[in-house]
Amino acid sequence: MSKLMGAIQQNRESILLNWLKDLKSAVRRRDLISDRELETQASDILAAIADAPAETTPEDFSAAGWQPLKDMLANLSVSRATQGFTPSETAIFVLSIKPSLFILARQLWGSDTTELFTEISVISEFLDKLALHTTDSYIQGRDRVIARQQEEMLELSTPVVTLWDGIVALPLIGTLDSARTQVVMESLLQAIVQTNSRFAVIDITGVPTVDTLVAQHLLKTITAARLMGAECILSGIRPQIAQTIVHLGINLEDVITKSKLSDAFRLALERSGRKVVRVERPNVASTAQLRGI
Amino acid sequence: MERIPILRMGNYLLVTIQVDMHDKLALTLQDDLTNRISEVNAKGVLIDISSLEIVDSFIGRTLANIASMAKVLDAETVVVGMQPAVAITLVELGMSLPGIRTALNVESGMEYLRETVAGHEESDDASGDDTEN
Repeated sequence: MSKLMGAIQQNRESILLNWLKDLKSAVRRRDLISDRELETQASDILAAIADAPAETTPEDFSAAGWQPLKDMLANLSVSRATQGFTPSETAIFVLSIKPSLFILARQLWGSDTTELFTEISVISEFLDKLALHTTDSYIQGRDRVIARQQEEMLELSTPVVTLWDGIVALPLIGTLDSARTQVVMESLLQAIVQTNSRFAVIDITGVPTVDTLVAQHLLKTITAARLMGAECILSGIRPQIAQTIVHLGINLEDVITKSKLSDAFRLALERSGRKVVRVERPNVASTAQLRGI
Repeated sequence: MERIPILRMGNYLLVTIQVDMHDKLALTLQDDLTNRISEVNAKGVLIDISSLEIVDSFIGRTLANIASMAKVLDAETVVVGMQPAVAITLVELGMSLPGIRTALNVESGMEYLRETVAGHEESDDASGDDTEN
């Protein structure tokens, strides 16, 4: 065991006292964390440092002996992030133990400058690594959140479905922003070309709100489809949305609108010269006849 | 000088744009097309732009102008095969080209022209001076 580690173990109480004094005098977020919790966190970290196995040295931070401390710091980082601390605040909390350890070092090796310098640089480097570890954990946590959200976004991305020969539908779900509209517009136009569709039904049942921007995006998509030679029908307009559209003064007069997807589908079938009829004998080969419409 | 060929098929004129349009070429096309319409007394014009990858606002406006001019000369215009990227560009440029009829491909464009022109002739026969669009 290095002299430093031994000293930390022996002087645990005084280090903690000094550290807490520093913590309380430093700028801190009383709104986010109570004094008691802060004390617990500080003493836990100090205990983890002091109780590290004898062969573990501060110079070698990747040693197995430091794993409990690392885990603790990772947990601390996560819990502080949920409490609303910034990663630098968490890092500063860990780094604030430095002065108290420096005081200890001066008490022990104050007369021997070479020894003092060596120990202080060891302490400093070790604590820097601890602080960086909290930041790393924070970033890893964030990365996981971002990855999960990206997956969710992809799930939300809108597929273009073929309702019939020459009729495609685009059921929109979720809020439309500029980036998403671009994707939606491109995939719809691409599908129109691929399936040679003369009719496209845009269903906005799943769009929670329609403001001027969303309406503008929709109109753009509809115009682009028209330029390519396909006719667009807007469906799934809920009563509230109809009210909003009128109050906002959005002009949807050039657009065919239907309240339900089924109405839009019926209109598209009519316009392409088709009709859905009830089968006379429902139990005899009804599916075959339905297919033959 | 570079020109875009204009093909005649019965009462209809076919234009297939297969090179990148520049301003001068568009104006030449406008001249040629209006001349040909009155020469052959065409009733329908089909402009295929499926190979056109780039448009600017000038080309867009020229297309709209051609359609209006043809209308004045009593010919229906249909623009067919616009690429998605081109459609998006035109919309982003704020050009919705409300005066232009569009169709997905040459086939449906011709179908539309036949229907409309036939409809006109029928109504012309019925009432003589009917100017229904």
